[in-house]
Amino acid sequence: MNKPARQSETSQIEFLLNGQQMTVSAARSDDTLLNWLRQEQKLTGSKEGCAEGDCGACTVLLARAGPDGQISCQPVNGCILFLPMLDGCSLTTVEGVAGPEGALHPVQQALIENHASQCGFCTPGFVVSLLAGWRSGIGWSEQEIEDLLAGNLCRCTGYGPIVAAGRALAGQARPQWEADRLAAEADWLKARQPAPLSYGQPAQPFYAPVDIAELSRLVLEHPAARIIAGATDIGLWVTKKHQDLPGFISVMQVAELQQITETEGHFEIGAAVSHAAANDRLAGDYPALGEIWRRFGSTQVRASGTVCGNIANGSPIGDLAPAFLALGAELVLQKGSEQRALPIEDFFLSYGVQDRQPGEWLRAVRLPKLQEGQVFQAMKISRRFDQDISAVMAAFFLQVDGGQIIAARCGFGGMAAVPARARHCEKALAGAVLDASPPAAALAGLEADFTPITDMRASADYRAAVAGNLLAKLFDGLASGGVVRLAGDGLDQLGLGRQEAAG
Amino acid sequence: MTSSLHKQTVHDSAVLHVTGAARYIDDLPVPAECLVIVPGLSPVAHGRIQRLDLTGVAAAPGVVRVLTAADIPGRNDVSPVFGDDPAFAEDRVLYHGQIIYAVVATSIRAARAAMRAAVLEIEELPAILTIEEALAQDSLLGRPWQIEAGNPQAELAASPHQIEGQIEIGGQEHFYLEGQAALAMPGEEDQLTIFVSSQHPTEIQHKVADLLGVPNHSITVEVRRMGGGFGGKESQANQPACIAALAARLTGRPAKLVYDRDDDMRITGKRHDFLIRYQAGFDDEGRIRAVIFDQALRCGMSFDLSKAIAERAALHADNGYAIPNMQVTARLCQTHTPSNTAFRGFGGPQGMLGIEAVIDRIAHQLGRDPLAVRQANFYPDHDSPAHDKAAPASTHYGQPVTDGVLNRLTDQLAKSSDYHTRRQEIADWNSQHQMVKRGLALTPVKFGISFNKTFLNQGGALVHVYTDGSVHLNHGGTEMGQGLHTKVRQIVAHVFGLPDAMVRVSATSTGKVPNTSATAASSGTDLNGMAAFRAAETIRARMADYLAGQWQQPADSVRFADGKVHIGPEEMDFARAASLCWQGRVSLSSTGYYATPDIHWDAETGKGQPFYYFAYGAAVSEVVLDLYTGESRMLRTDILHDAGQSINPAIDRGQIEGGFIQGAGWLTCEELVYGKDGRLLTHAPSTYKIPACSDRPLDLRVELLASEGNLSATIHRSKAVGEPPFMLGMSVFFALSDALAAAGPGYPGLDAPATAERLLNAAMRNR
Repeated sequence: MNKPARQSETSQIEFLLNGQQMTVSAARSDDTLLNWLRQEQKLTGSKEGCAEGDCGACTVLLARAGPDGQISCQPVNGCILFLPMLDGCSLTTVEGVAGPEGALHPVQQALIENHASQCGFCTPGFVVSLLAGWRSGIGWSEQEIEDLLAGNLCRCTGYGPIVAAGRALAGQARPQWEADRLAAEADWLKARQPAPLSYGQPAQPFYAPVDIAELSRLVLEHPAARIIAGATDIGLWVTKKHQDLPGFISVMQVAELQQITETEGHFEIGAAVSHAAANDRLAGDYPALGEIWRRFGSTQVRASGTVCGNIANGSPIGDLAPAFLALGAELVLQKGSEQRALPIEDFFLSYGVQDRQPGEWLRAVRLPKLQEGQVFQAMKISRRFDQDISAVMAAFFLQVDGGQIIAARCGFGGMAAVPARARHCEKALAGAVLDASPPAAALAGLEADFTPITDMRASADYRAAVAGNLLAKLFDGLASGGVVRLAGDGLDQLGLGRQEAAG
Repeated sequence: MTSSLHKQTVHDSAVLHVTGAARYIDDLPVPAECLVIVPGLSPVAHGRIQRLDLTGVAAAPGVVRVLTAADIPGRNDVSPVFGDDPAFAEDRVLYHGQIIYAVVATSIRAARAAMRAAVLEIEELPAILTIEEALAQDSLLGRPWQIEAGNPQAELAASPHQIEGQIEIGGQEHFYLEGQAALAMPGEEDQLTIFVSSQHPTEIQHKVADLLGVPNHSITVEVRRMGGGFGGKESQANQPACIAALAARLTGRPAKLVYDRDDDMRITGKRHDFLIRYQAGFDDEGRIRAVIFDQALRCGMSFDLSKAIAERAALHADNGYAIPNMQVTARLCQTHTPSNTAFRGFGGPQGMLGIEAVIDRIAHQLGRDPLAVRQANFYPDHDSPAHDKAAPASTHYGQPVTDGVLNRLTDQLAKSSDYHTRRQEIADWNSQHQMVKRGLALTPVKFGISFNKTFLNQGGALVHVYTDGSVHLNHGGTEMGQGLHTKVRQIVAHVFGLPDAMVRVSATSTGKVPNTSATAASSGTDLNGMAAFRAAETIRARMADYLAGQWQQPADSVRFADGKVHIGPEEMDFARAASLCWQGRVSLSSTGYYATPDIHWDAETGKGQPFYYFAYGAAVSEVVLDLYTGESRMLRTDILHDAGQSINPAIDRGQIEGGFIQGAGWLTCEELVYGKDGRLLTHAPSTYKIPACSDRPLDLRVELLASEGNLSATIHRSKAVGEPPFMLGMSVFFALSDALAAAGPGYPGLDAPATAERLLNAAMRNR
């Protein structure tokens, strides 16, 4: 491997592909990694199953060096990743998993021995997802494996043999050849100096600046360019809507935006902080957010997608907005060198329209810290527990004093054209006694707050009914020692959880 | 002696799967001039095409040509049977998503960009979308079809108890991970080779030949593997193959059509949704005296395989229960939706769900455990005193049930799963939890094995032994992940006493084994395994004869084992034996052929013996249900399944476990939603949710029934295992019904799929 030599700004994409340095200058800015692998490199092991990041057949492993020099390694969906986003990364595809002379990796061996492939089309994605768990050193409990594999669909096996393969990896040693490879990869990644990227044709430039001033300038200069982070949404505009986008400005290379900072009163989440990173840092402080993140997209989506991206795209069914509405979060928007802070509820103006001016970009989200006497709960209703989009998302924040609710904020998704607070409901809750069931006025208020629609995820009637039921469930749970949750390890609380020892 | 049989041999492509080296259609290396195809779909459910102007598309950069019905030299039809599925719509469009034209271009991006220039004007006509609309407007394919046994009307009226009701059963998208895909490579003269992801290469050969107006011998169809099939590539692969073939013919260049996920889900048919109305009469024990079913199924715009699917649904309306008086009426509803098609179980699952709903409701009405009602109605076991050998209990279509095992199987499963203890424990638990309920159900499966159409029950194989002792195996079945090639290889390796690795299974090809049936109806191993066995046996007998003669030993003293050939006291490597036989001018190549014996079926009268045998299994599932939200989760499932003498227990377990989860998905989280305009709204995994990893039961236990082997003389006394386990998923649905029943006094009357929304609605009805 050659040591990368970088100038102050580069117009070429450089990355490692299965240990080999690649330099790309001719590909389109919106070419997906998956297409490039399959069409240009003839590496056809990674598959297209959906082209929207929902099936995981295209999963590849991305390693990058953080600002602290730490190497992080994440599985991502190659089908919705634009090629320039790879700049400075080390990429492993299924073709690069085995060792020298075809020595199978322990992950591959475990899958074979457990009869974990049938048609085999999804298998490369599972290999890479399991490899991600292997490299990050998970403990291979069933819950960990399920979370790891939530973004990989298999239609043949029913998953049991794949989970068994994961279980069989516990305690296995890393082969020497793999350790050697990882060391070489780390050397390459650490030696690489971050440099701004200015890539692509004039009709569709791709900018990845490394400092905030430059980012802000580019956004001002190119108001039509799409600001992207993980592109887990905008990727679909290309692969599904077949749009020809006028260019991209990535926030991901700005070290300052990759941080979560803490003050006495709040946490500030920068624009380049992924869901995975936010979960690692904040789930302890906000267990309800941790559960949202556990069920947010998939491991792949959480590795690419960002907290700020989930807010900035303004979707009425984004999972975080309702929670942030309930928490009373504040957005930090920047235009040029000017910043303004905005309560999150003022950001969502109407369907598809947010209070963001041309040239302005979302720099950070500020979350107030939870204090004594505050209750914060979130509940997601979707057709499937994992890797699904909410039909209804409800988040409740209660300020409680001596069994009485002093103030409440209720954020809902899936109930209106934008994520919104339930103002009538909140009003009825303020001053109410924290009882085993909510005051009738709060339920009535909720009905007044929203007129949901029917779509492919749920009917209007179900949404209305379940929204009220979630409020009732909250009160029931708070009175009885815990809100019942069937997803994940929530069954433990009911005494119905998994007996890990049996595995 | 070690044998290849009855071993947990890994899938023959397992190493290729995990290294990414297994090639699917879109992975095949192609010449640089290969073109790609994108189909242009109808934006309305029903209408008359007024104008189709593609000149702008054809002139766009990268476009080589456009294709419409007018370009077809032969017959514009891709249907499996009835001639009613055009490759390209001509005057009328009959569903939202129907292919009207195709763009052949140098890249997908160029084709997609060019399609913006298409001018398409359609006069919209009223569309019939649902079963109810079709029934109300008498929009049926063919006449209603009926099977009757005994005197159902009179016996129903005379029964001590009666119920009537209905169950709606949703459809299901196959969601094979590899979408439909075909690559056509032009050869000399009018020849074409088609590489395709299909369960039915022979049908593709025929359809392409007809569409191009050439003889069958000009077309060779090859299938190495599919990235999943599940029935969705039995007839639905015809259309992409035909369009790719047409493009290759007209451009003289290789051409590839791979449906992307959204196109695939919009274009192709799915599992039929059903509306089943029932009336049943029964006694105090819940024994059913008479049942009358009216099964209406949504077929979509054409027949496809719906007639045979309706038959199988009607034939499985008894599931495992001996019901003396029965009437089943099938109505094939024609709608302006994609033409529904084969899907694992082929109507059987829907037919069974009807009778299981009846049983569930009877048990509720009588206040009995549904398991007891099921047991009161089972066909007798073949080895029990209740089985009258002279006059065995018969199905409603006149086939005697002579291999019953459900009593024993169910008893064993109830015991191993602690069914009765857990039922009590769950009742206690439920009495202490107001808004969370658990439910438990045991449901059986009896599934008829053989194609309903008797003539399809034939298989062929071709085996070559080379002089280095390696063996080339080809058979008429296709590999879609079910492990067919692995099993057939085991069968052939066993004949020659060779390790499996000495036998290579090559891609299924119409040029090697002709006139094959689809790999469907769970028949892959039964038909092709037996054919391959016979081919190998023929060669082995020739070798034994020759070698015995050379060594002056009786032919029956020649043994093939452990890679050696033993001729009396003489022993040699198999390779040497093969080489000697060749030098002795012995043919080391043979075909093999098998036709299932003892079956017949008269679809007119609805009587006969359509099945060679029955496959059996049962599952107990436990669920938990949140009455605030309707969310549910599978806690534990115990399965006991009869695979006969399993050729490969690991592969059979894989089919059982995977089939169960797929069946549970059908009845819980998988829901197809169409808009009022007939557009499929759930056309990608973001909106259509198959089970994910965490949806499987927390605790899943799969056992194979200890078996003396299939009572019918199948290959090594094994039993088909592709489809039957799918229906084990019913246990989850009825466990949910059980949990709902614990929430209120009424019968839940749950429809499928049991989504959170349906469960919450049912719970609210039952408060």
